Amino acid sequence: MLDIIVSVLTRTIIAGTPLLIATLGEIIAERAGILNLGMEGIMSAGAVTGFIIAFTTGNPWLGMLAAILVGMLLSSLHGFVCITLRANQVVSGLALTMLGLGISGLWGKPYIGRPLPQRMPRLDISGLSDIPVLGDIFFNHDWYVYLSVLIGIVIWFLVKHTRMGITLRSVGENPKAAESQGIPVNRVKYLAVMTGGGLAGMAGAFLSTAYSGSWNEGMVAGRGWIVIALTIFALWRPGGAFLGAYLFGGIFVLQFMLQPLGVSPNLLAMLPYLSTLVVLLIYGLSKSGQRRMSAPATLGEPYVRGGR
Amino acid sequence: MDRIQSLEMRGISKSFQDVKANREINLTVSSGEILGLLGENGAGKTTLVNILYGLYHPDDGQILINGEPVRLRSPKDSMRAGIGMIHQHFMLVEKHTVLENIALGYAEAPFLFPQRSLRGRIRELSAQYGLDVDPDKPIWELSAGEQQRVEIIKALSRNADLLIMDEPTSVLTPQETDELFDILRKMTSGGHSVILISHKLEEIMDICNRVMVLRKGQVTGEARIEEVDKGKLAVMMIGRQIAAAYPKTDIDPGDAVLEITGLDVDSDRGLPAVRGLSLVVRRNEILGIAGVSGNGQQELVETITGLRQPLSGSVMMKGVPLDHADARKAHTLGITHVPEERIKYGIVPNLLLYENSVLKRHRDEPFSNWIQMNYAVIKDHAGKLVDGFNVDAPSINIRVKNLSGGNIQKLILGREISGGPDLLIAAHPTYGLDVGATEYVRKQIIELRDKGGAVLLVSEDLDELFMVCDRIAVMFEGRFMGQVTPDSCTIEEIGLMMAGSTLQEA
Repeated sequence: MLDIIVSVLTRTIIAGTPLLIATLGEIIAERAGILNLGMEGIMSAGAVTGFIIAFTTGNPWLGMLAAILVGMLLSSLHGFVCITLRANQVVSGLALTMLGLGISGLWGKPYIGRPLPQRMPRLDISGLSDIPVLGDIFFNHDWYVYLSVLIGIVIWFLVKHTRMGITLRSVGENPKAAESQGIPVNRVKYLAVMTGGGLAGMAGAFLSTAYSGSWNEGMVAGRGWIVIALTIFALWRPGGAFLGAYLFGGIFVLQFMLQPLGVSPNLLAMLPYLSTLVVLLIYGLSKSGQRRMSAPATLGEPYVRGGR
Repeated sequence: MDRIQSLEMRGISKSFQDVKANREINLTVSSGEILGLLGENGAGKTTLVNILYGLYHPDDGQILINGEPVRLRSPKDSMRAGIGMIHQHFMLVEKHTVLENIALGYAEAPFLFPQRSLRGRIRELSAQYGLDVDPDKPIWELSAGEQQRVEIIKALSRNADLLIMDEPTSVLTPQETDELFDILRKMTSGGHSVILISHKLEEIMDICNRVMVLRKGQVTGEARIEEVDKGKLAVMMIGRQIAAAYPKTDIDPGDAVLEITGLDVDSDRGLPAVRGLSLVVRRNEILGIAGVSGNGQQELVETITGLRQPLSGSVMMKGVPLDHADARKAHTLGITHVPEERIKYGIVPNLLLYENSVLKRHRDEPFSNWIQMNYAVIKDHAGKLVDGFNVDAPSINIRVKNLSGGNIQKLILGREISGGPDLLIAAHPTYGLDVGATEYVRKQIIELRDKGGAVLLVSEDLDELFMVCDRIAVMFEGRFMGQVTPDSCTIEEIGLMMAGSTLQEA
């Protein structure tokens, strides 16, 4: 029994990792007021780029770096369309998903099913990894898992306790107020979208170079959409992203575990979206909840400089 | 940089397209002084201070601080020069705390934990000027007065010596206004200077040392406050001579169409806007409502047209009570409306011209039956409006947003009066229109009256009211100060009523 619990928890953390990384990215973009529905596409492109670079160079770190760059590049396209051209963010985001999926299919064709010789290594923390139960659950993972936690903490701190964080949040809440204090609103939005895209690319690279160690078309498997739901579930807060990512990761694992017991995996696959609705409902029902937990005030709205 | 001892704007001109918003304006303000900037809406006050805050660039003229010419290309430049501005609509992030709002864009705040280090500075400023506010509260929990204090602290923390305040009291309760004035007095005794935009004469008399009056982009008067009184200010604001009225047939007004008794209405802020107001408008009559804007005219119009719920009192349209905010019912009873913000409330900018031509009536025969729009009839109607009301449009198949303001207004007016309404409510119908369109709109309003319609015309333009109306009521702080006929009153009387005296006192 203990074995099963340890195994479920271990795999929960692994399954939650890509969700955590990408959700942190989406939170940053949305906090600056830019809705990026292209996460599924960016993650796919990140996965394929990460795999190809890791495969050809034999270095998964280079794969991660390449995936981040591709994510930033793709999201800067989204930024150009939404920020500079002020087009509809939903349409642009959906188009980005298609584009990312297309690119990954095209680039990945020759690599389908080929195993990666060198996956992202595990981080061996001598002493900690040997602790029974806890060591297995928490201290026996690859670098991505620890990096994601570190990134999460750094982002939480930056958003909450630094001038940069105030700037980011203000740009999403009231860009005019930010502009009147001399903040370059559009530059902040670009940086936020690109940071978000970079993280999505990194999440994709995790899937292909650490999680499965191979590339397959459609391997992101809707995680990009879960990330959108998760961002809302987390109420746009990095702390909430931790909770949500591991919770949804756990549901992911349970889908496989409970299947032999006759529980429909479709039912469990539904849970992330259902629980997001429940969270929205709970906060929506109370007035103070609405106020404190609502989306960034100008999310999805293009900002016109000097407009009234 | 040294503190601002004196600031001078010299020969400032600024045009937007063809409209001259500012013409050759000279302004000076020195340390320790409060300068009142007075004028109707559209007189150019906001343009002038936006130039000072670096938001607009003047076409001509220069700005000197302590005698040295400066260039203010952006708000950042102005802030650095010691100019702070408090907009009428606060520039605050509602969900953030006071501290976070003050830290936003504040160069002296440290990168890490900016909120913590600012707390001391805020406390210092609070104590010095009586700016009492809890630094850890989110903005949305604060009253309008407190939010304004946050804005003042924000400006002071950036070392603003000259504070520009755009209608600061429009959102405040009387008590909050007194508190604000105490703060301003403390600031000026400490060497700060203030430019206060207002159109409340009372306030200008109360707090300012000097006053400058703008009208149609030009300075029409400037005086030390001891040299003037409210009546004189009102006359400076509205101009000297009154234009002659349009020729109108003498018709005795008929039955009462709209009767309002004891109406009380609150503004969006929950402050009383209309107080115990009564009026009657009859057939063949144009009743004008004069007054400085913000004295409850907007709330009154919204109540009659079914957009705002009154607190008490009755609104009777042809004997039928309009007791709930219900725009549909108001329309069915024969009330039509030419709204103040025509683009926002008068049209749907992205719909085509012919679609806009039947708004509100689109559900009635013959424009539609129970399931279908009858586009043939609608287009025919639109064509008639375009011809009949001189709307200059290339086609009825274009989006209305592509029309000029004057043509949009003609279309709205045509739509509202073509059905022969019993009552037309027109709010500032010629605001921002060119001479030709203005004259056309006014003549159409008179024609409606001649045909038996009743008109309630709200305007800040006294010329317009005198040229068009049969009776004029002057509104001040939600009440009528008196009613006059255009041929039997003087501009001084109107001025005094606009400043809050009743007709008897005047």
